[in-house]
Amino acid sequence: MHSHFLFQAFVYLAAAAIAVPVAKRLGLGSVLGYLLAGAVIGPNVLGLVGGRTEGSVMHFAEFGVVMLLFLIGLELKPSLLWRLRVPILGMGSAQVLLTTGAVLAIGLLAGLPARPSLALGLILAMSSTAIVLQSLQERNWLKLRGGQASFSVLLFQDLAVIPIIALLPLLATTKTSAVTGHSGLLEGLSAWGKTGVVLLAVGAVVAGGQLLARPVFRFIAGARLPEVFTAFALMLVIGIALLMQTVGLSPALGAFLAGVVLAESEYRHELEGDIEPFKGLLLGLFFLSVGSAIDFPFIHDHLGLVVGGALGVVVLKFLVLVTVSIVFRRQWSDTLLFGFALAQVGEFAFVLLGLSERLGVLPPDWTRAAMAVTALSMTATPPLLLLLHKLPRVRAGGDADRAMDSIEPEVPGRVILAGFGRMGNIIGRFLQANGVPTTVLDVDAELVDGVRKVGLKAWYGDASRLDMLRAAGADQAEVLILTLSDTTKIRAIGELARKHFPHLKILARSRRRVDAYELINAGFEHVYRETLGTSLDMGVDALQLVGFRAYHARRAAFAFRKHNEASMRELASHWGGQNYFNVLRAKIEEAESILRGGGAVLKDQVDAAWDNEPLREEAAKGTLRR
Amino acid sequence: MPKRVLILFAHPALEKSRVNRYLAGAVQNIPGVTFNDLYEVYPDFQIDVAREQELLLAHDVVVLQHPFYWYSSPAILKEWQDLVLEHGFAYGTDGTALRGKVLLNVITTAGPQEAYRPEGYNRFTMRHLLSPFEQTASLCGMRYLAPLTVHRALSLASLRDVEPHALLYRRAIESLIDGSLDLEAATRAERLNDVLPAPDAIVASGTATGAL
Ligand SMILES: Cc1cc2nc3c(=O)[nH]c(=O)nc-3n(C[C@H](O)[C@H](O)[C@H](O)COP(=O)(O)O)c2cc1C
Repeated sequence: MHSHFLFQAFVYLAAAAIAVPVAKRLGLGSVLGYLLAGAVIGPNVLGLVGGRTEGSVMHFAEFGVVMLLFLIGLELKPSLLWRLRVPILGMGSAQVLLTTGAVLAIGLLAGLPARPSLALGLILAMSSTAIVLQSLQERNWLKLRGGQASFSVLLFQDLAVIPIIALLPLLATTKTSAVTGHSGLLEGLSAWGKTGVVLLAVGAVVAGGQLLARPVFRFIAGARLPEVFTAFALMLVIGIALLMQTVGLSPALGAFLAGVVLAESEYRHELEGDIEPFKGLLLGLFFLSVGSAIDFPFIHDHLGLVVGGALGVVVLKFLVLVTVSIVFRRQWSDTLLFGFALAQVGEFAFVLLGLSERLGVLPPDWTRAAMAVTALSMTATPPLLLLLHKLPRVRAGGDADRAMDSIEPEVPGRVILAGFGRMGNIIGRFLQANGVPTTVLDVDAELVDGVRKVGLKAWYGDASRLDMLRAAGADQAEVLILTLSDTTKIRAIGELARKHFPHLKILARSRRRVDAYELINAGFEHVYRETLGTSLDMGVDALQLVGFRAYHARRAAFAFRKHNEASMRELASHWGGQNYFNVLRAKIEEAESILRGGGAVLKDQVDAAWDNEPLREEAAKGTLRR
Repeated sequence: MPKRVLILFAHPALEKSRVNRYLAGAVQNIPGVTFNDLYEVYPDFQIDVAREQELLLAHDVVVLQHPFYWYSSPAILKEWQDLVLEHGFAYGTDGTALRGKVLLNVITTAGPQEAYRPEGYNRFTMRHLLSPFEQTASLCGMRYLAPLTVHRALSLASLRDVEPHALLYRRAIESLIDGSLDLEAATRAERLNDVLPAPDAIVASGTATGAL
């Protein structure tokens, strides 16, 4: 058993590792890669893994969807969710009702019985959250208005699954013992009681997120062990999923809700970074198992029915979606994206079809055909989106829309500020005061807490982690400021950032002169000695207090600074070499001669300005003309 | 009622000045004079517009004292004009704050007076070269007086050489304060020096000057 598990894991991972890069290179997107790989390792081609019978894998894999929705929730502020209420409720209900109605009508026209037709309609109305969101996210299309509409409708469908599951037993034509999904705990309760418990659970998630999350996070972050935080993040998502399942809600929906609640927490980026890899793997597994579930023998035997059915369903759903989009006055490019994205039948259909069969709502051969149609339509989605991508008009329209109505909660920080100690504090407030969006990262949870109170955007997290930098928006940011006290760490982060985000301009703090040498020699252009500015400020004031003119003192400081900077860079290039001490000695002598007033370098720069002596000599000679 | 005089003083390297610092010393302590040392107050060029406008409102005569640098003023005075003489304050429909006030340049030059003539090597008269100031005053509704000039400033070797000019300057300020200056004549003249009593006469009447 144990080795069997390892073997399976190896097969899945190997399939992903081979198929996904190839699919991506071919421009097909990762989802299609996973699906195809799944089909290849599935029971009908290589037979390395079982098909849908292997329910546990599917179950496990569905958790990827839960995490996906948690992550999407994290990126959605409640205020944005509120703005999406029209597409969610309006477009969502219109889509589900119209699709169901259309399938029912076709069924009745074809002389099929009403109840199974209605059940089939409800089931086929669902689209695939996993495939759509992953594909849209991969192309950055979630930010487009068409993408937002798609997302909204998917959210509504997630909500709609609950009443649909409740409705299915009522549609049973043959009497079977009622099988209610998984709401074991609520069996004995009345409808009101169930509603109450559901509301209570949702309330618990919201309240917990608002009140408990911060102190708990802080306590855990206090341990300063990244893996503990990861464990906690996973526990959180799993716990919410369990809770939701117990009360009969969709775990994905619950996770989404929790994500939204935590969207404004300072731990958001850390959570994102921790969950992201798990989501990716599990979602991949999910697509693999969908691929392996494609029932090739059945398709082969009923080629006309399955292919025709899939084509018919996709076209029907597409038409419904386009109609809805037009009714809601969407632009043509948004409408196309919306239609193409949601035209498939989703993974919920697998669950609902299985349930229907057990309840006797649908005859077994219907469900088998519908499952094949579902798998096929899901596989068709990535190519459809690829097709859409090739339509130049849509892309152009999409880009023009992009600036507005972004699904992202805020403008990504133009500056990332790692380290919010005494230095970072001043820089952060200065940037803030000038309206430059700044994202602050620090590993001191308490500090981050305080920073947030002042109204700055701050996140708990370790900037030396690549995922953390990415989550903080390094892809879009322009400047990365490193003010940590540890030069080794600054260098490490700087080098990491330079490698992965070469567009970032990096500003690095150095504490001592040798730190500055190290950073300069490591190729960092903008290196700041922390004491230089303040020391010169004091020097300027001292000059003034002993009688220098203010303007002269300023200019002297500028000149000094310039000279000092240049000599530091020169010394840096000798640092560690044989010659360093010779150069240093020369520099010291030079500095001394400046101090003695004899050195030409500095005095000239300052004193040559507005000098009248040469003029006076000429005037005395009477030659001051042209 | 005595008039109040605001002196906007601009010299970027006063430690090297010979003439302007004595001229300044001659006037800065006269009652009714506010001496505003721009390079000292704003060494970073961050001019406090509100403060400067309040100063303008509180005075009747504005004196710009500075060495002649490239036929104009040192840089900070330009910065001052650009920032302080705002639309809506100094000019424009609502910009009436400076109406009726007096503007005077007090200038030291290296070139001799003869050079500032069409035939001279500087080719233009001082009034020509100062026309941007004159027109600025005009737009702000101010009366522009002929400049008080000290030529051959670099040839004034000793305190004794500078003293007559310092006294003349002092005299000009005093007559502006007590209203004894003939503003009409001062407006029309080529130099303000010409409508004031000759330096010797002032020396005779005697107030000596301290250094800045
Ligand atoms: C940058 C600079 C520009 C100058 N331009 C002129 C000029 O255009 N015409 C002129 O007569 N003198 C010019 N001079 C000479 C100054 O007017 C002269 O040095 C000054 O009036 C002396 O006064 P002070 O001793 O108070 O500095 C210039 C001097 C400097 C330093």
